[in-house]
Amino acid sequence: MSVQLEQSPTTGDEVITNYTINFGPQHPAAHGVLRMVMELDGEVVERIDPHVGLLHRGTEKLIEHKTYLQALPYFDRLDYCSPLAQEYSYVLAIEKLINLEVPERAQYLRVLFAELTRICNHMLNMGAHILDVGAFTPNLWIMDLREDCLNFFERASGARMHMAWYRPGGVHQDVPEKLLVDIGEWLNGRFFPLFEDAMSLVMDNRIFKQRNVDIAVVSREDALAWGFSGPMIRAAGIPWDLRKSQPYDVYDRMEFDIPVGTNSDCYDRFMVRVKEIYESAKIIKQCLAEMPEGPIASDDGKVSPPKRGEMKQSMEALIHHFKLYTEGFHVPEGEVYVATESPKGEFGVYLVSDGTNKPYRCKIRPTAFSHLQAMDMMSKGHMLPDATAILGAIDVVFGECDR
Amino acid sequence: MAVLHSAPKISSNEGVRDTLVKALGDMVLTSKEEHGEIVITVKRDAIENALKLLRDDHEYQQMMEIAGVDYPERDERFEVVYMLLSVTKNHRVMVKLSTDEATPVPTITTLWPNAGWLEREVFDLYGVTFVGNPDLRRILTDYGFEGHPFRKDFPLTGYTELRYSEEEKRVVYEPVELAQDLRQFDFLSPWEGSDYVLPGDEKAEEEGKS
Repeated sequence: MSVQLEQSPTTGDEVITNYTINFGPQHPAAHGVLRMVMELDGEVVERIDPHVGLLHRGTEKLIEHKTYLQALPYFDRLDYCSPLAQEYSYVLAIEKLINLEVPERAQYLRVLFAELTRICNHMLNMGAHILDVGAFTPNLWIMDLREDCLNFFERASGARMHMAWYRPGGVHQDVPEKLLVDIGEWLNGRFFPLFEDAMSLVMDNRIFKQRNVDIAVVSREDALAWGFSGPMIRAAGIPWDLRKSQPYDVYDRMEFDIPVGTNSDCYDRFMVRVKEIYESAKIIKQCLAEMPEGPIASDDGKVSPPKRGEMKQSMEALIHHFKLYTEGFHVPEGEVYVATESPKGEFGVYLVSDGTNKPYRCKIRPTAFSHLQAMDMMSKGHMLPDATAILGAIDVVFGECDR
Repeated sequence: MAVLHSAPKISSNEGVRDTLVKALGDMVLTSKEEHGEIVITVKRDAIENALKLLRDDHEYQQMMEIAGVDYPERDERFEVVYMLLSVTKNHRVMVKLSTDEATPVPTITTLWPNAGWLEREVFDLYGVTFVGNPDLRRILTDYGFEGHPFRKDFPLTGYTELRYSEEEKRVVYEPVELAQDLRQFDFLSPWEGSDYVLPGDEKAEEEGKS
């Protein structure tokens, strides 16, 4: 952190000096490339001006130049901590425009892996949050669990992080039966003892509570006005979860609860995430129990690629394959806004189609944008080290925030 | 049309469009309901009142997103789209307006504080100005960036590139120089309205002229 002294107006003989410091862009607690210009009075934060956009890659512009299918992997690279949750909004937006039916097994698979992504994301965020406020061990322990999740992703899609596994109309390929068995065994066996061990170190820890309780309290009215979503709005006591209130795929068949906070501080945000892990585990178990056999992608040949075997036999399948991977599929004219509950909050895609094979406009609603914007409001009057706790509890990832 | 897709289900749209259009009165220019989305186009100058009415009288408490869209062929080329969400009615609605490079749009930071950054983003990427926004700086692009990159006439490659210069020991900005031409494949089927000249076709045209 570089420190600059700034002379401010004097009152009488006394010279009051405010510090202006640069938090970031390269700071381990900034969770990426965030530059915050902070004005401090002693150690108390008076004003924060977050400068975002240092990771702006023009994803939305690039998407306008790709076919619908080619644009999909960009979504993994937005929030690289929860890749499948981003793809989810995008494929649902396309399906909504085409009005495409998705087979049941694919819906279950998508819900299952979206929840696994949620666990994976919360592991990273909670670990980083704990690390930011000074505890080292829990991060190492739960990072191990995150590693397990990534291994499951690899076995399903071939890639640990940037899976590109969801497709309009289903998923790319079916999962081996053994993988589902292993996920179930992992949840029933190894996962919770390790996770609870790690959490027992911090949940009632005096230092952890001193750093988080009553930090950045946001009222319900503010949470609504600032466009909060996800754990941030639930910590404020509003039971708002898109999986519950606006269910997509088979979420309406799942039984799970929405944990809410009471105090709306950083500790509540953390605890909401802890509880969400249990709810996600419930959903995963239901998916494993109920998942039917059947196709994993839509049988609409104009959108889903044909099976390999079919291509050897059928001329039509071969043509479909060729057309899909050169021209891509056409999406009817129109505009939709589809938002799903990503681990960080409402992740939305505003998709405008002009009827061709490329999106005319694809606006991505990142979750972190509204939350980070409230940073100034939340940090005012708190101490400098609280800023890292607040930032940790927001759960920002700059790939997503800056697009 | 029967709903086959499994995208998020919100409360029924039935009657909502009529109610909202009636309530907004002469502020509304057009409205439509397609793909299960209600889109209301309002007069540019009435946006603040329209959104205030929707927020206060129709329970759309949250403004989740402001999106800019560029349609260069229109007279007023830019569209600004506001996504509203009601957490009590569990409903979403889109409100939009159109503008051009020169005409400013009234800000809605008076209604929702999170509109500040969202308007900055639209300003940065499209060059739409918002009157009354207290802090209309660029947000996503580089410090000192010129132009509005998401306009359709802004090239994908941009105009400048930067690198770290070992001689000058600092980052230098230079005009973009591509080692290889940018490959823009247009796979639109020639039967479906692509407007490029197929390789070889230009010869036929020349012959026709001579």
